[in-house]
Amino acid sequence: MQNQKKTYTNPFLVLSAILVICFFINISLGSVYIPLKEVFNSLIGHETSQEAWQHIIQNYRLPKAFTAIIVGSGLGISGLLMQTLFRNPLAGPFVLGISSGASLGVALVILGSGLFGGIFATLFISKWGIVLAASLGSFLVLLSVMMVSLKIRDTMAILIIGLMFASITAAIVSVLSYFGSAQQLQQYIFWGFGSLGNLSWDELFILFLIYALGIVFSIFSIKPLNTLLLGENYAKSLGLNIKKSRLIIIIATSLLAGTITAFAGPIAFIGLAIPHLTRQVFNTASHKVLLPAVFLFGAIVMLVCDSISQIPNSDYTLPINAITSLVGAPVVIWLLVRKQKMVF
Amino acid sequence: MDTKNQHIIIKTKDLSIGYASKKAQTVIVSNINIELKKGELIGLIGANGIGKSTLLRTLTKVQKPLQGDVLINSKSLSNYQAEDLAKVLSLVLTEQITAKNLSVFELVALGRQPYTNWIGNLSQNDLTIINKALNQTNIDDLKYKKCFELSDGQLQKVMIARALAQDTDLIILDEPTTHLDMYHKAYILKLLQKLAKETNKTILFSSHEIDLAIQLCDTLIVITNNKVVCDEPCKLIEKGVFNTLFPKDLIAFDEKTGSFRVNK
Repeated sequence: MQNQKKTYTNPFLVLSAILVICFFINISLGSVYIPLKEVFNSLIGHETSQEAWQHIIQNYRLPKAFTAIIVGSGLGISGLLMQTLFRNPLAGPFVLGISSGASLGVALVILGSGLFGGIFATLFISKWGIVLAASLGSFLVLLSVMMVSLKIRDTMAILIIGLMFASITAAIVSVLSYFGSAQQLQQYIFWGFGSLGNLSWDELFILFLIYALGIVFSIFSIKPLNTLLLGENYAKSLGLNIKKSRLIIIIATSLLAGTITAFAGPIAFIGLAIPHLTRQVFNTASHKVLLPAVFLFGAIVMLVCDSISQIPNSDYTLPINAITSLVGAPVVIWLLVRKQKMVF
Repeated sequence: MDTKNQHIIIKTKDLSIGYASKKAQTVIVSNINIELKKGELIGLIGANGIGKSTLLRTLTKVQKPLQGDVLINSKSLSNYQAEDLAKVLSLVLTEQITAKNLSVFELVALGRQPYTNWIGNLSQNDLTIINKALNQTNIDDLKYKKCFELSDGQLQKVMIARALAQDTDLIILDEPTTHLDMYHKAYILKLLQKLAKETNKTILFSSHEIDLAIQLCDTLIVITNNKVVCDEPCKLIEKGVFNTLFPKDLIAFDEKTGSFRVNK
């Protein structure tokens, strides 16, 4: 697509520039006011005039900004993969039951801790305990969905099976909530709000490793995804191994959405909306363009939402999950109304 | 070149088609022996539910033969890997593509997938073949249009161009003229005739346009009550095959005009 490379260079440059700007804005805003000059000083390794500022930027705001980029781009890309695989504009990263699996794991640890006894509980409700429970939960649900999907010829059936697993886990969580104490319930609900700011550099490093692996799998699914645009029958006639491609796409999604949910909670909306936003702006169906564009859009939107949720210069932090929908949904509605037509 | 024209692309040996479940086999048609040569346009004709689709599905390896074998370029269909088959056989299906946001060029370019690298980059050679396919189907001016902007007739030309870009010896089309008006039915079949001659590819299509197929095809495959006949159209008329195609209470075949007439 020689002639198309040219037309897409400019939007990519603009988006990259916006991403960098958003990154700096995100770092310079927060509950504590830090002058812009000092922010730059800290980033390039110079001393800041107050030691606390250095600490805030390097150990709190910088990992949070990187987390936002990973979460936004990762969820956006897994949403794109699912929407193309299922040929369904309503699909998102969580249609395979990833977030419901994670929430089941976390619910078992937080709400079920009463059942397991005291010592056990305190051991588990540490940060890593939650991450572990969420990973294990989403992994087990995914594994079940994947085992079923290997036996199934019809891709649409996988979508339904994912939804059924989500219903089952939601039901178990309801039962657990019914028996949980008020304090446990609050803790579980707070996890459900999502959070970008709790990650240390060590945790961020692990998140990044798995995320990078997921991105590699996504890049390898670009060609199969483009072939799948014609529908499975045409894809088969073009020599595509449907089951293998489907597996690669599902693995990529689970790596991305699974770890992100484990570390940052079930962040809604981004995975569903970013691919639509990108298609409206770029107006193409080629994943060679869409994948990097979704990466940029996802990262930008997440940085912006995080900046808003911090409410600059105040002590409050709104739940990130609420902000993504509050900010994002009107934007998508506006785009659809303005263009009068959904591009999918 | 005459000897090359006689080269047989696809051949069936005592083929039985139908559906097999664990309990029983449902044979739809048996003893199919056909040979299709290079550069021929072949029409597949038969009443609804007689087994046209099943035959096409068997020839394209979507389902297995119950008995016998299908040979493409003297090699059994069962010995083809999916990616090798994609280089000798391309399809135009009846199903609508869902990704209407693809441009015509992008869609035709997808025909090059069996030849491109892991990320699907198009080489200079790929571009040449794509542009040639656009040219041969007379859709150069549609190149940058989106698929949702096209009429049914234009879309069918695009799908044929995509099959051409796949650069296979054999192109199989499943009812390429449904949803089209009379003019475009003739246009598409005439285009297929031209492509078979120009590109020396074997083009097989199923259709209900019997009178058009009689006029345009080199060979017709006619499926009548569990029997398959394969011959030149005029010889089939002589044999009176078309009279056995449908129940006789409503329509009858007129040998002079080569078309069906409603009984008065």
